[in-house]
Amino acid sequence: MTELARKLAVSALLQPALAFAAGEPSLGFQPPQTVVARQIVDLHALVLSICIVIAAVVFGVMFYSIVRFRKAAGREAKQFHGNTTIEVLWTVIPCLIVAGIAYPATKTVIEMKDTTNPDMTIKITGYQWKWRYTYVDDGIDFYSSLSTPRDQIENQAPKGEHYLLEVDHPLVVPVGKKIRILTTADDVIHSWFVPALAVKQDAIPGFVRDSWFKVDAPGIYRGACTELCGKEHGFMPVVVEAMPEKDYRDWVADQHAKSAATAATPQ
Amino acid sequence: MQVALDNVPAVAQLPRQGGILRWIRTTNHKDIGTLYLFFSLSMLLVGGLMALTIRAELFQPGLQIVRPEFFNQITSMHGLIMIFGAIMPAFVGFANWQLPLMLGAPDMAFPRLNNLSFWLLPFAAVLLVASFFAPGGATAAGWTLYAPLSVQMGPGMDMAIFAIHILGVSSIVGALNIIVTILNMRAPGMTLFKMPLFAWTWLVTAFLLLTIMPVLAGTVTMLLFDRHFGTHFFDAAGGGDPVLFQHLFWFFGHPEVYVLILPTFGIVSAVIPTFSRKPLFGLRSMVAATCCIGIVACAVWAHHMFTVGMPVAAQLFFMYSTLLIAVPTGIKVFNWLATMWEGSLTFETPMLFAIGFLFVFTIGGLTGVILAIAPVDIQLHQTYYIVAHFHYTMVASSLFGLFAGTYYWLPKWTGHMYDEKLGQWHFWLTLIFFNLTFIPMFFLGLAGMPRRIPDYALQFTNLNSLASIGAFGFGLTQLLFVYTVIKCIRGGPRATAQVWEGAKGLEWTVPSPAPHHTFSTPPVVE
Repeated sequence: MTELARKLAVSALLQPALAFAAGEPSLGFQPPQTVVARQIVDLHALVLSICIVIAAVVFGVMFYSIVRFRKAAGREAKQFHGNTTIEVLWTVIPCLIVAGIAYPATKTVIEMKDTTNPDMTIKITGYQWKWRYTYVDDGIDFYSSLSTPRDQIENQAPKGEHYLLEVDHPLVVPVGKKIRILTTADDVIHSWFVPALAVKQDAIPGFVRDSWFKVDAPGIYRGACTELCGKEHGFMPVVVEAMPEKDYRDWVADQHAKSAATAATPQ
Repeated sequence: MQVALDNVPAVAQLPRQGGILRWIRTTNHKDIGTLYLFFSLSMLLVGGLMALTIRAELFQPGLQIVRPEFFNQITSMHGLIMIFGAIMPAFVGFANWQLPLMLGAPDMAFPRLNNLSFWLLPFAAVLLVASFFAPGGATAAGWTLYAPLSVQMGPGMDMAIFAIHILGVSSIVGALNIIVTILNMRAPGMTLFKMPLFAWTWLVTAFLLLTIMPVLAGTVTMLLFDRHFGTHFFDAAGGGDPVLFQHLFWFFGHPEVYVLILPTFGIVSAVIPTFSRKPLFGLRSMVAATCCIGIVACAVWAHHMFTVGMPVAAQLFFMYSTLLIAVPTGIKVFNWLATMWEGSLTFETPMLFAIGFLFVFTIGGLTGVILAIAPVDIQLHQTYYIVAHFHYTMVASSLFGLFAGTYYWLPKWTGHMYDEKLGQWHFWLTLIFFNLTFIPMFFLGLAGMPRRIPDYALQFTNLNSLASIGAFGFGLTQLLFVYTVIKCIRGGPRATAQVWEGAKGLEWTVPSPAPHHTFSTPPVVE
């Protein structure tokens, strides 16, 4: 147990350190795949840097006091109650810092909310416990459920690489297009989240919310439901597959062909 | 000057009834404070067992120990029990013991109401824990009880609603008692600005409680009606709105977290000056900051709702107000640092926990500033980053304050010094294991791990294992605290009235242990 603990401690402490060392600019976020995601990484980096400076000052003063102002070393306490100048300074400066942070943040808030002029619209419906994707413009409609086999979850089989982050039918989208998503739900509140695309939108039964994203590069981006929705809340992942527009068009045609074939087959 | 009565040996002043009946019928603030503290300690252990079950399941990916539905019950109840059963009653216990002593009052303003406030709690706690045995188990909707999920829950939800009502009544009448005591029963000469900051923080906390507990009561009643009486407050099909629940809940929920931290600010503001041997820096600005926090706390609630789809103006308003509340909070930290600066410091256990509080609260508070930025919050909402943030502010900060206050005032309450060596062990083990448990969670949240899940993708394994090891260490260390407290109650080196060299305030003018009745004649304060 000690050996395991030691290994885990070393690896867990090294992980973030190695990430930093590898020059990962994301400071812990997954690599950003949209303009908005990059803005958020930058915003976070800005605020985190300010917080680290403030923490360094606070802890610095604290440790200095602990070391230098000890009774054991013979220090007498200097009896002072207050100091107006310094109190004004440490009220005004934080106000300025906060205002300084608010300005770039405001721009990103406004940009994240601007769903006008999308290239396409997809309706996302949350169910207990799967997602449904309805391509409003292209006339495609399907469910997306967790595809990790049950025996992996029950520890009867070794876990695959994308354990709990794989689905039978991912959301397929073209890169470089502004995609507006409309979220709603069938039963309770769910939330559609893809970290790499910086999209998280609650799916509220009886209401429609919207958000948008535009993916820079082809790839598979994995996310999760992020609003407690019942016993399988941890088992309804989100998978987005982004591909060049031509490939996306081929996929759309393929989907139409498949659904026509299903319609033609007697049930 | 104190009259002879206060110098009568404690034995002669004890109530005539002994045994269980004494504790059931007591209207003495010291007895009731003791009851609250023992109750909250037992709830801390019950909630802690649930936390360890959660961390045991999350040690490795896969489902090993509990079913997902039971896991959700445990996470929900862990939150409800810790907040309503452990932290809030502990602070009320401190208020009961300390406010009359600090203010020079013989007791609380309404002693019989005080008794009721306490005895409602064990009843509510039994009801809440018993909900595990209802058909379908305890509520599994999270401590936040969002509709419509909470409308789906079984009878365990109704038991929890009833328990919340009872807990709310206890808090409301307790808050009334505290406000009237502080405003009306201070000793002659003790102006509001001469009373300790602990009284100020409790005054603001009590007003917050009066404001928010009725809102919670209304909200869970609306939930009860949607569940059983055909209403549709939170159901779109009937013309209602699930998000209404969130607005109502968080209007309670956000000021509630300040209810959970302000008394700690008061405790730390007593401990740090004592062990620095100089007065609290900037008392007036501390009071102003406390009041600002209390007021702005009621205007930030929707920062818990940045992903529900509010319009831009609302996102911006709540982002700005949340950033604003960081300012008075930061000022308090600077004031505590300035209190230590150029002091004559010693590091007995209360001071260790107070300094530890400064360390963990700074981390918790700064991560709150990060979360205030709405776009960043949208990435981190409902991930483990949030779990880490609120455990830093609630567990580390509130709990460290409670530990600091316990070690600080135990000699006054019991007449014995606690075992300083054990106290030091408790502090260092708690600090190390706490950080080991929750620092990995910041990184888990940044990496995208959601909260409230019993199983997770493989890339989150190492950090989860680390957190689970830390959690077991942290939990077991608290048994050391229980042992140290009980050992102190049973005996130890005699404590003087003054106890701590640098301690100032009326409670240090009475003997240790404090006699059953103190300040029957009010002292005069210059």
